[in-house]
Amino acid sequence: MKYLLQRLAFYAVTAWAAITINFLIPRLMPGDPVQALLSRYQGQLDTNAINSLKALFGLDEQQSLWQQYTDYWAHLLDGDLGLSFTFFPTPVSEVIVQSLPWTLALVGVTTLLSFVLGTGIGVYSGWKRGSWLDGLLPVTTFISSIPYFWLGLIAIALFAEKWSLFPNSGGYDNSLVPAFDWPFISSALYHAFLPGVTIVLSAVAGWILGMRNMMVTVSSEDYVMVAQAKGLSERRVMFGYAARNAVLPNISGFALSLGFIVGGTLLVEMVFTYPGIGFQLLQAVGAKDYPLMQGVFLIITLSVLAANLLADLVYAALDPRTRKEA
Amino acid sequence: MSITATDVAVLDGAPAPEAPTRRARLRFLRGGKTRTGLLMLGFFVLLAVIGPWIAPYDPDAMSDQLLQPPSGAHWFGTTHTGQDVLSQILVGTRGVLIVGFVAAVIATVLSVLIGVTAGFIGGAVDEILSALANIFLVLPGLPLIIIVASFVPDTGDLLIAFAIALTSWAWGSRILRAQTLSLRRRDYVEAARATGESTWRIILFEIMPNLTAVIASGFVGTVIFAVLTEITLAFIGVADISHWNWGTVLFWAQSNQALAQGAWWWFVPAGLCIALLGTALALINFGIDEFVNPRLRTATGSSRKVKMRVGFTPVARRAPGTGAGHPEHSSKEPRP
Amino acid sequence: MSAEPVLTISGLNVDYGTDERAVHALRDIDLTLHRGEVLGLAGESGSGKSTLAYAVTRLLQPPGVITGGDVHYHRPGGDRLDILSLSPEQLRAFRWQELSIVFQGAMNSLNPVHTVHSQLTDVLKAHRPDLKKAQRTYRAEELLSLVGISADRLAAYPHQLSGGMRQRVMIAMALALEPEIVIMDEPTTALDVVMQRQILRRLVQLREQLNFSVVFITHDISLLIEFSDRIAIMYGGRIVEEAGAAEIYRDPRHPYSDGLLHSFPALHGPRRELTGIPGSPPHLSAMPAGCAFHPRCGKAFEPCDVRVPLLAAPALSPTEDRRTVACHLHA
Repeated sequence: MKYLLQRLAFYAVTAWAAITINFLIPRLMPGDPVQALLSRYQGQLDTNAINSLKALFGLDEQQSLWQQYTDYWAHLLDGDLGLSFTFFPTPVSEVIVQSLPWTLALVGVTTLLSFVLGTGIGVYSGWKRGSWLDGLLPVTTFISSIPYFWLGLIAIALFAEKWSLFPNSGGYDNSLVPAFDWPFISSALYHAFLPGVTIVLSAVAGWILGMRNMMVTVSSEDYVMVAQAKGLSERRVMFGYAARNAVLPNISGFALSLGFIVGGTLLVEMVFTYPGIGFQLLQAVGAKDYPLMQGVFLIITLSVLAANLLADLVYAALDPRTRKEA
Repeated sequence: MSITATDVAVLDGAPAPEAPTRRARLRFLRGGKTRTGLLMLGFFVLLAVIGPWIAPYDPDAMSDQLLQPPSGAHWFGTTHTGQDVLSQILVGTRGVLIVGFVAAVIATVLSVLIGVTAGFIGGAVDEILSALANIFLVLPGLPLIIIVASFVPDTGDLLIAFAIALTSWAWGSRILRAQTLSLRRRDYVEAARATGESTWRIILFEIMPNLTAVIASGFVGTVIFAVLTEITLAFIGVADISHWNWGTVLFWAQSNQALAQGAWWWFVPAGLCIALLGTALALINFGIDEFVNPRLRTATGSSRKVKMRVGFTPVARRAPGTGAGHPEHSSKEPRP
Repeated sequence: MSAEPVLTISGLNVDYGTDERAVHALRDIDLTLHRGEVLGLAGESGSGKSTLAYAVTRLLQPPGVITGGDVHYHRPGGDRLDILSLSPEQLRAFRWQELSIVFQGAMNSLNPVHTVHSQLTDVLKAHRPDLKKAQRTYRAEELLSLVGISADRLAAYPHQLSGGMRQRVMIAMALALEPEIVIMDEPTTALDVVMQRQILRRLVQLREQLNFSVVFITHDISLLIEFSDRIAIMYGGRIVEEAGAAEIYRDPRHPYSDGLLHSFPALHGPRRELTGIPGSPPHLSAMPAGCAFHPRCGKAFEPCDVRVPLLAAPALSPTEDRRTVACHLHA
């Protein structure tokens, strides 16, 4: 319990830091890009929208920084992230609510899949060190060095453009109306296949290498030798003793590489024009849509923190040393 | 000379930790993987230096040879405005490496300063610095850099390198802190403290030499991260696209529908270069890892004749009578 | 004590590595463990005593290779088992059932993520598949009480136990299947002296109850003299002297045995002067020619740096029972 409370406190501080960074960036940067946007849309904005943008981006020069900060928090806690200019006049929060499920589904499934797959292969190749599996290492290293988005480009070039096996963009068939029915879901799965495979292929290599190293390291621990000396079955030694311990650092590594994976995934969405958060971020960057950019950053950070917390829970469940003394 | 009982007991335990010699510290430079990685890296560094001179064309120069596939005149083909892709790649190498190395140098300096300080001083300083590192560790770096970069009107290479460094120092700092903590408790460091050596001298001469491999590994890892991030930023158009680097090549390819037009030569070379550079750096890091953690060395001693297996020591009896490697067998003759 | 052998090792050779850079870790080891006896193995680090223990169970880590010799296990009925030619499956069945090990360093010998219960019962599950769950738990409780630990510690994880408790758990585990042989590799090195003796006394009692044989490995020769019946002293991958514990104590023949005896204070008996052994043990890859001990030996003479002395009965007292030494002084 103490361990989890500590972690919770840490994530609270980190979330606070992220929000404060978000608050400070537009105020520290030279020039006033948002002011320029504001004047461009002058006639189309109602007072409410102008006020929230002013609060979020610190355009109200009369206020003290502290007052701006409390105002900023008040708006955030209201769920008000300002208006998106790309999708004018849709609120940023609405754009995010629409695109977040796509990203969560794509990233969630592919990350879990690549973790399980990579850990499994890593366990096996680490245990069977010196076998033909070692020959796969250079290939794995090479794949892990390829940027996600470039692999996506290649996948599109081959499977969408050349052989037309999969769609090259979008999250579902545009002729369909989003609904929880089979035609829509099957179309969504069909569209998600190529981006999903791209992410899994890019991410799995890293897990394989990390897990293999841990397996090799753990295999020479005393308790693994004891397990062998006890004449336990190979399965029990390999999974119950070696892999069970080797996976622990990989799980804390999971939390830490999440930021990296999310970065890569954002790019895959951009390449596949997949209707998730990453694609919105790209559009926001292109259109200099600052409210949307900041909203997306905030929501990505909070999601990463939530995923980290989940990984911590799994870790606490797997490692008795984090639990309180009995 | 006689030694005491405790000395024998010490002899029998783990070998006393000694500061590695200079020769031992550089040993990770040998070995197949590291050498291959260094060779590949050397090739790219050479390109970065001489690229602009050996580029066959001006990378910006347009020609009437539009979207040509690779040929003798244009090894990597041409773009939709007739620019030579090979020249763009060659000229772009320098930017990639400069940003990668500058970012890694800044990040490494930051991580050493923060990690070693936290580990060596401990206490409240350690608590604060470690919390700072952990926060930077879980904040997603790429979106943060994208936001910072898009607020800044002038996004030159140096600014990008600095932003990358700011988001990538935490990992190395965490590892260095842990290493410093364990080194601080070693006998020879304790001895130096007891004899009243200054903190700075101890850090510079007793601690740092033992962190060489860890720092090197962190540096190489950051170069990989920085190169990938920089290329990503160029690809989505956040970084300055008027400077050639492999990411800008991909940016123009993407924004001009190279994929839809089947112009594979426009984006394949740049991606392969990134992957090869990444592989080179990863290989170097494997070498360092194996140096730091000897258990990882792939040379398990397995050969075609003898199969090594954890928990089942192989039995490979020598053919009787050869006795190779056992010169002392001669002593088995009857005693005089 | 019966002279019936339970484990015979003959001409055992072990290398680390398979290519030309391989080093010889054990050379021509001949050793017999008799039923019910405690055989002590002594020597400095690098002398090969742990290598020997792991080689006979084929637990040596890569790149260890057994390059020659034989290891036979003798069942109580009389038939022999050739350990070096067992298949992995046969070896698994043999391990712990007939021969168990208490490892060096209790800290790392227990799996940190499993409870004591799980680690005591998984060996029962593997070797006694017909036992029901409740029977396994009962047996685990019984084993813990054997080493003086209360049954409620079964649910504990290793990090919740003290060092002494962990070591006792390891001993309980080693006795789980009532094996014929228990190898103990520095079983008490990490513990304080009081705890050491407490655990070893308990072990001696258990041996009298259960009548297993023990190979007891330690660098602390005074412990060996107190607790073992016979002692083999190793140096540079060879056995340099083997004799009854009392004979070694009273009259060590090899200069190295003599040096070892003068490196540790004896807890009982007359005080002797501590002189130790000058120099440090040779590295496996740079073994001196001839007798490996000659550079550190005060009594070295002309043949010592040329010829390897053979392990044989001392020349001056060839009739002395079951005593061997490998030294030119006694050739």
